[in-house]
Amino acid sequence: MSALAAAVQAFARRHRLRGWEALPWLAALGAFFVFPNHLSFGTQLLVTILFALSLDLVLGYAGIVTLGHAAFFGAGAYTVAMLAAHAGWNEPLSGLVAAAAVAAAIGFLSGAVLLRTHGLALLMLTLCTMALLEQAANMAAVWTGGYDGIPGLKFQPILGLFDFDVLYFRSQYLYVLAVLFLCFAFVRMLVYSAFGQSLTGVRENVVRMHAVGAPVRARLLVAYTLSAALAGVAGGLFTQATGFVNLAVLGLERSAGVLIVLILGGFGRLYGAFVGAVVYLLLEHQLAKIYPTAWQLGIGVLLVLVALYARNGILGLADTLGQRLEARRRR
Amino acid sequence: MSPGAASAPLLETRGLCRSFGALEVAREIDFRLERGARHALIGPNGAGKTTFVNLLTGALAPSRGQVLLEGEDVTALAQARRVQRGIVRTFQISQLFRGLTVLENVYIAVAERIGVGGAMRRPAGRQTAVLEEATRLIEMLQLGDDAGRRVAELPYGRQRLVEIAIALGLRPRVLLLDEPAAGIPSAEIHILLDAIASLPPEIAVLIVEHDMDVVFRFARRITVLVSGAIFAEGTPAEIAANREVRAVYLGSALDG
Repeated sequence: MSALAAAVQAFARRHRLRGWEALPWLAALGAFFVFPNHLSFGTQLLVTILFALSLDLVLGYAGIVTLGHAAFFGAGAYTVAMLAAHAGWNEPLSGLVAAAAVAAAIGFLSGAVLLRTHGLALLMLTLCTMALLEQAANMAAVWTGGYDGIPGLKFQPILGLFDFDVLYFRSQYLYVLAVLFLCFAFVRMLVYSAFGQSLTGVRENVVRMHAVGAPVRARLLVAYTLSAALAGVAGGLFTQATGFVNLAVLGLERSAGVLIVLILGGFGRLYGAFVGAVVYLLLEHQLAKIYPTAWQLGIGVLLVLVALYARNGILGLADTLGQRLEARRRR
Repeated sequence: MSPGAASAPLLETRGLCRSFGALEVAREIDFRLERGARHALIGPNGAGKTTFVNLLTGALAPSRGQVLLEGEDVTALAQARRVQRGIVRTFQISQLFRGLTVLENVYIAVAERIGVGGAMRRPAGRQTAVLEEATRLIEMLQLGDDAGRRVAELPYGRQRLVEIAIALGLRPRVLLLDEPAAGIPSAEIHILLDAIASLPPEIAVLIVEHDMDVVFRFARRITVLVSGAIFAEGTPAEIAANREVRAVYLGSALDG
């Protein structure tokens, strides 16, 4: 086969499912049975994966550098919490829809303004958007509980069948896993579509993208809004699974944390969110046990190593090693 | 010939001016590009050739004057809109999606032209119309061996050909080639010239080029730009014979 035919065929088939793509889901299901006492941690992990996945769409694919992605996570988390606390709206699935809608609206409105900028200005504006929301949540204490947040939230059984399990998180874990799976299928469809390809075009060269007649800003706004909605779902899941919300869902620490997750795992490659979240949270968990006061030091060192030696994250490193082995085998 | 839209040139500028502060880079440029034109724009460095191309594509807004496509004023249209109307350019310094493969580069352009660039549901690999046309363009520019390679890995001359493939993927009615031959090894220039020669005859092509070989092999009409203003215009023979042009610009390029 000619090189051209091979390239065309690879392109035409790249969206097909590969066997190893079942692995994360099998692992997640397996963990449910193997670690029944750690499902609270597991649920937190799955929520983080979804949040990182939403960030990957804008950062990894569209190249939108943001420090304010927690704005959407927080918007979703507070939407679910306030609806449950003040409106008695505690049906979980419709709560997620509301979380997605509110986060998407905020993403659309803020994106319409800040996506006109790029680079440092964009970074600052995304940060500002989040800070504004954080302050709003802090000041509207009547609705949000201010600094203390809203504890002790109760939700109806999932699908009317499965009660939330406050002790062992069994139903939450499976619920979050199912939602993550659906959201992942959606993101996967997006990134392998012509739309997803055009986002990579914007990331690689905006000047060229304008010159091929692409509506660059509209494309970015659509991606940003969808990503915000997904982050909102992640936030909504967080509130439902834990039964509380507080200002930490809107903080810089959460924004930076999810960025680190994606950098560790590798951005622009779908599964980076999975690998990064596992590594980040496990490290955080273990390091916090050993050095309760200085666990961030370990994460910092790892981040420096990744930045120096594995710019494309752990998955990128695995790719490179795989290619080297392949090359050596051929020799 | 009677006046009116039917006889209007494909692309025309009227009194086009642009200045950066006190520096006038385009002065009262009245320029016409007919259907099927094979037109070259030449001039010394800093004459404002790329600025003129930027004014035509909408990358720059003029300080004064108009750009007309088939008699219709498109001066206010954004760059992307003009591309959709068929005003397509290549860049003097390659503007490519460097981290993507050659195939992906051409694919993105063709998808935007066909109007499926925003399609989310169907996998990109199943947009067969896009994929087939991208494949055909890559074959035409003899880039097949590199189709699966990332553009950043290609030699610069090959990258220039990707640039042309992208432009052709946009089905231009007016094709503006800003120094397309710059950086292409002389052994590969024929690929570029063949590609241009095989364009549908009704496309108007304007080439900005320093390589006089390319200019005289390609152009049926030449405009000389000096200090942002049109200095001379005519057939290649007229331009070659024009003493003033030789004095300001061509110099030894024609004597040699």
